[in-house]
Amino acid sequence: MRFDFTEDQESLRGEARRFLASHCGRETVRAVLDSDEPYSRELWAEMGRLGWTGVALPEAFGGSGAGYLELCVLAEEMGRVLAPTPFSSSIYLAAELILREGDDAQTTDWLPRLAAGTAIGTLALAEGPGAADWGLARTRATPLGGGHYALTGVKQPVPDGLAADVAIVSARLSGELGLFLVDLHQPEVTRHPEPGLDESRPLGRLSFSGARCARLGSAGRAALDAALDRAAVLFAFEQIGGAEAALSMAVGHARQRFAFGRAIGSFQAIKHKLADMYAELELARSNAYFAAWALASGDAVLGEAAACARLSASRAYFDCAKECVQVHGGMGFTWEADPHLHYRRATLLNAVIGGQARWREVLVSRLQQKDASAREGTP
Amino acid sequence: MNFDDTPEEAAYRTAARTFIEAHKGAFLGSDLAGFDAVRRWQAVRHAGGWGCLQWPKAYGGQGASAVQALIYSQEEEAAGISLLSVANAITIGMAAATIMQCGTQAQKERHLPRIARGEEIWCQLFSEPSAGSDLAGIRTRAVRDGDDWVVSGQKVWTSFAHYADFAILITRTDPAAPKHAGLTYFLLDMTSPGMTVKPIRQASGGSDFNEVFLEAVRIPDSNRVGEVGDGWRVALTTLMNERAAIGSIFPTNFDDAWRLAAQTPLGDRPAIEAGGVLQLLADWYVWRQGLKNFSLRLQSALSQGRMPGPEASIGKLMLGARRQLYLFELLDLLDIGGAALASGEDGDIHFSFLRVIGNRLEGGTDEILRNIIGERVLGLPPEPRVDKALPFNEVPSG
Ligand SMILES: Cc1cc2nc3c(=O)[nH]c(=O)nc-3n(C[C@H](O)[C@H](O)[C@H](O)COP(=O)(O)OP(=O)(O)OC[C@H]3O[C@@H](n4cnc5c(N)ncnc54)[C@H](O)[C@@H]3O)c2cc1C
Repeated sequence: MRFDFTEDQESLRGEARRFLASHCGRETVRAVLDSDEPYSRELWAEMGRLGWTGVALPEAFGGSGAGYLELCVLAEEMGRVLAPTPFSSSIYLAAELILREGDDAQTTDWLPRLAAGTAIGTLALAEGPGAADWGLARTRATPLGGGHYALTGVKQPVPDGLAADVAIVSARLSGELGLFLVDLHQPEVTRHPEPGLDESRPLGRLSFSGARCARLGSAGRAALDAALDRAAVLFAFEQIGGAEAALSMAVGHARQRFAFGRAIGSFQAIKHKLADMYAELELARSNAYFAAWALASGDAVLGEAAACARLSASRAYFDCAKECVQVHGGMGFTWEADPHLHYRRATLLNAVIGGQARWREVLVSRLQQKDASAREGTP
Repeated sequence: MNFDDTPEEAAYRTAARTFIEAHKGAFLGSDLAGFDAVRRWQAVRHAGGWGCLQWPKAYGGQGASAVQALIYSQEEEAAGISLLSVANAITIGMAAATIMQCGTQAQKERHLPRIARGEEIWCQLFSEPSAGSDLAGIRTRAVRDGDDWVVSGQKVWTSFAHYADFAILITRTDPAAPKHAGLTYFLLDMTSPGMTVKPIRQASGGSDFNEVFLEAVRIPDSNRVGEVGDGWRVALTTLMNERAAIGSIFPTNFDDAWRLAAQTPLGDRPAIEAGGVLQLLADWYVWRQGLKNFSLRLQSALSQGRMPGPEASIGKLMLGARRQLYLFELLDLLDIGGAALASGEDGDIHFSFLRVIGNRLEGGTDEILRNIIGERVLGLPPEPRVDKALPFNEVPSG
């Protein structure tokens, strides 16, 4: 048992951290936050050049075939600096789904571009507020013959919906849920910005009026659930990175800010708050490590482990972000200071791929299945 | 014990409702820009005999009881018009309350009638970059010069300073005295030469608070409140009134939660039918009712002539952190949609979710309120203090 990253993975972390320190400072995040730019084009181009976008994709498609653990390391580092790029939508979700579910034409068409970062993908699931079962999508696919379909419906909000070139869209095909691969550059697709809580990671609304698309392999509900499990692990690392950054910002401030003649970190109210944040973060980190192992090894425990990692990281990030703001006092309520960026990002990351209410149901139903199969004596 | 209106109270309520209904039309939906609507509403209330209800008539008030004032504010809230009066809390609930309790006769006569008529808006120049929770650590200096004081320094987080005509101000007049002993309290004309007000953008988007710079600003000694060196006592009067004034003005958002839970799906059913959501709503409601009933008890104590005490801190403490968690859980129910800003009435959720950050800080942070409750209500021993007895200019400052 080795419950940690290898030396090579740690040295990748070191490189990533150094790179991001010089290429993704607060100005980079704020440039996207304060403008209509959907992401930082420079940073994204660099990530492609460094091979980050292709790190877990096979060499055959222009990736480096390194693996999920490397991707976890990068996710954590990107989360730490609030990287304003479509990495998660394009890589954790779209590229993963195309790799696992796409047919030959789809993989050879899209994966090399996604691996290089020259095309951006996303996953479009939501149709307005609420954790409705994915199977209840109102967007519909109609067969056109020859393996083509026409897609009609509205998806909102869609993370990176404005930046993406291609989307995987959930839609109903004669009552069943299917996943469809849609090239977004066509007149039957219209896009609008959707104002969001975290404008450093803009959202979009995608309307399809008979958009031409192909089915992603034979992918349906099971493929979607499995893809969300894998993405949940990667998002958990991103959330942990953010949580740790918020905690360390809070600790730094608590050491240096004086009130009543002493550092505010010397007050137990603050010290205990920071200690609680740390404890919550370390539980989340441990759950994320276990899930990372399950993901990398393809173990069947992934379903349960991914849900635990997601729930625990979502909680830890929001806890750390909101108390980071609180420790900063009045400064925490200014636009200029950075704590609110984590407050916003924590809320965004809690929402993408579904909130905790949804994931709690997922977790408990998996535990019930496990119980049931244990009772039946099946392995 | 009786929570019903007496016949007299019921008649008062009907009269208040009639007045509000007759005049609210022009004010519904108005915002705080320029504080124009705040001033006009105050003037309308005054002209109709419904302004500054508990003040003596001599200063433009109505000599009404605390219960009557409570009835009136309940009616404003029910009519959806309370924002404008709430926004005037710094002027009426804090500045005027302090002048009433600690000001000179001339100060009362000069300011209170104008405040009552909506002609003066006030702000609170207390916090500084290096002194917020530790308010007695302020450094803005006031130096005596003939009949005037000359004041220099910087204030920060000053709500509505950009709209205010006057300010309540605390300054340091003796840096060599222990920190609480060297302070002096003034009333300041915001149009005085040497004042600069710069808006600060808030994490929630707007710019309701400011940095305020004072450069050799002259204040006549007749604008001093309390003795030289007795500013801390006067400032505490303001702070006590502040906690009572803002303890219950923030929304509880329960109605938003109730509506959204009914219309939002979870799995294959309305969220409100899921066990966890039901528990959230029940907790939220119980908390909301607790706060409401607590505030009624507090008002009832005030109506029997008691001063707002440190226990008034409970309201604000409970309204912040707990509501922030509830709001997060509510956004969570909206799932991916929770990251997009809702518009219309659901937009309140997102605004509150960002604004509550400030609620946990303004008027005393959660941590400071807990210290106050622990020490001043429960009588626990205070934390050892390293700063209290030292001359101010020898206190460690990091
Ligand atoms: C929206 C808003 C409006 C405001 N409006 C006004 C206004 O109109 N006029 C005005 O004068 N001020 C105003 N303020 C300022 C407000 O009163 C201060 O921000 C607040 O008192 C905290 O002070 P600080 O910002 O200096 O934070 P600090 O005092 O530096 O606090 C930083 C952290 O340390 C904690 N801390 C400090 N001391 C202790 C202790 N002894 N024990 C435990 N924890 C401690 C705090 O709780 C906080 O978490 C406003 C603030 C906000 C957010």
